[in-house]
Amino acid sequence: MRLLIIEDDRESADYLVKAFREVGHIADHAGDGEEGLAMAEGGDYDVLVVDRMLPRRDGLSLIGALRDKGNRTPVLILSALGQVDDRIKGLRAGGDDYLPKPYSFAELLARVEVLSRRRGGPAEETVYRVGDLELDRLSHRVVRGKDELTLQPREFRLLEYLMKHAGQVVTRTMLLENVWDYHFDPQTNVIDVHISRLRSKIDKGFDRPLLHTIRGAGYMIRDGIR
Amino acid sequence: MTAFGKLIRTTAFRLTLVYLFLFALFAASLLGYFAWNTRRLITEEITQTVNAETLEITEIYNRRGLLGLTRAIEYRALRPNANLYLITNPSGVAIAGNVGSLAPGVMATRGWSEAAYRRIEDADDRDHRALVRVTELPNGFRLLIGRDLDERRRLFGIVAKAAQWSILIVVVLGLGGGVFVARRVLRRIDAMTGTAQRIMTGDLSERLPVGRSGDELDRLAENLNAMLERIEALMAGLKEVSDNIAHDLKTPLTRLRNRAEEALAMSRSEADYRAALERTIEESDGLIRTFNALLMIARAESGQGGAAEDFDAADVANGIHELYEPLAEDSGLVLQVEAGPARLHGNRELVSQALANLVENAIKYGKPSQDTPDAKPPPILIEARRVGDLVLLSVTDHGPGIPEADRKRATERFVRLEASRTLPGSGLGLSLASAVAKLHRGELRLDDAGPGLCATLAFPALSGEGLEEQSSQPETHPA
Repeated sequence: MRLLIIEDDRESADYLVKAFREVGHIADHAGDGEEGLAMAEGGDYDVLVVDRMLPRRDGLSLIGALRDKGNRTPVLILSALGQVDDRIKGLRAGGDDYLPKPYSFAELLARVEVLSRRRGGPAEETVYRVGDLELDRLSHRVVRGKDELTLQPREFRLLEYLMKHAGQVVTRTMLLENVWDYHFDPQTNVIDVHISRLRSKIDKGFDRPLLHTIRGAGYMIRDGIR
Repeated sequence: MTAFGKLIRTTAFRLTLVYLFLFALFAASLLGYFAWNTRRLITEEITQTVNAETLEITEIYNRRGLLGLTRAIEYRALRPNANLYLITNPSGVAIAGNVGSLAPGVMATRGWSEAAYRRIEDADDRDHRALVRVTELPNGFRLLIGRDLDERRRLFGIVAKAAQWSILIVVVLGLGGGVFVARRVLRRIDAMTGTAQRIMTGDLSERLPVGRSGDELDRLAENLNAMLERIEALMAGLKEVSDNIAHDLKTPLTRLRNRAEEALAMSRSEADYRAALERTIEESDGLIRTFNALLMIARAESGQGGAAEDFDAADVANGIHELYEPLAEDSGLVLQVEAGPARLHGNRELVSQALANLVENAIKYGKPSQDTPDAKPPPILIEARRVGDLVLLSVTDHGPGIPEADRKRATERFVRLEASRTLPGSGLGLSLASAVAKLHRGELRLDDAGPGLCATLAFPALSGEGLEEQSSQPETHPA
């Protein structure tokens, strides 16, 4: 995956470039809004990571300029402004995801990978499959092997989201945002409890677990070891 | 600025000057009008008398001839306070009358004129003025009849004097009054300014002096005092908050630093380092959460609620119930929801978070005491309902509750009641809920559920509520 990080703080930018390269991605860096815009237009990037406050051209205006020119590269906005309103403003300006600072790299990585997959990914399928687990989005049927599983509506949506991003790390915050549509930070481990309920329904009694906990990051659904 | 300079710059003094000018002008014009009218009246009277006498005397001359005329003139001239009479023959020589000398040329012109004259019997050699009428009698004789204008002049003098005095009195009284009022106002303003300056230098407990007259300055002082009261309360709040922040953020920061130092000094293996780093990340995540909560409270308290919309509190209750129900079950509790339609206007996300905080508290602290371990515990109840003009979102648990004395304190930032000190938490949950309620012009109430705590978010309901049947149902499958 090719990434462009547009961030004016040298240290954060270096850290991000290094961290992304370590997990096997190609990351470039631009230090201000104008440079970032030029590089984003020139290079063929999979995802842009844009700081909201930048010298010479701020992040939102950069995204606006890109979108005006028909560039649809997915953009993740990083911002010290973490309130719901700022998020809405960022997404309205053409951003695809919004992550308030300070963030954990695991969170950023998970979100960037989801964004890169979204681009040019296959058209929305009606049936998701992971191993012998099958989820039909139209009939709301979930089958593992030969057994039909009974899921609560919310469990179904949780599984649907996980399976949509099968093989990718999904963080707790991403689940809270996308499955429950809450943007606040619960002080307790609510999501973990929902996951463990779901896990007991889809993995209990089967040899091969599909729903994995990724330490320090979140969860992933996948078939065996990749 | 000198004291005098200050005085004459006061509004009261300037107003006085304006009034002074207006009153003086008024007095002068009144007296002027009076004088002018009096003068006209006197002149009119003189004219009438002279005209009548001229007619009479012309008649006498016509009937009795020159002799009769001179005799009548001599007679009339001797009467006290007599008019002026003079008869001249065709060559201009005086033949009868009481006029000694006359300004030259007066007799030559017929009709009315004002002339300087002297009476024959006048001892002084002062000229008098008179209004005279000269008529020509048959045979070339001329008759002058006139009236002294002294009376008119004297009256005019009196009026002028009255005008002088009255204007002088107006000016003196006006200036004196102006200075008195201005000084009085100035003294009070100076007192206020002095107090204000002392307040600005830091003594917020000072108050402006308030008199007993209840005038506009007193009302102003009262209002300013009320404002100071509010500012002082806010400042006290701010100070308390910053003290709390200093304490509650520095403590975990110190812990964080100590752990890092300890890891540097003591760790021997990679596993040790890993464990220390993981704890560090955990600790800093906690700090970030505290920061976010503080920022959110600050925003809500300063009235920045973000995007507002109309929504149903029942949906919020159902949503939060759905999110926390498994967690409650894991903690050995039952979470139930009873939600009826109750629409309100506000920030759905913030209201959801406020309710989530109350539910988290209920799950954390709301465990019934362990007397009857086998019995099924009474459920924690989330309720959404409309009561009158209010939308109530409440969470009732059956734990130990909060003692009445502590309830007010419980919503303050960082306050963690004794009973909860040992459990994890930032002490900001109820503060945020309370701030969100206030932002929506509502309040957070903490009541006794006997035993237990009933925490209620009360919001003003949306007026013109439309009943929406589906909103009272638990959330259905959205996919």
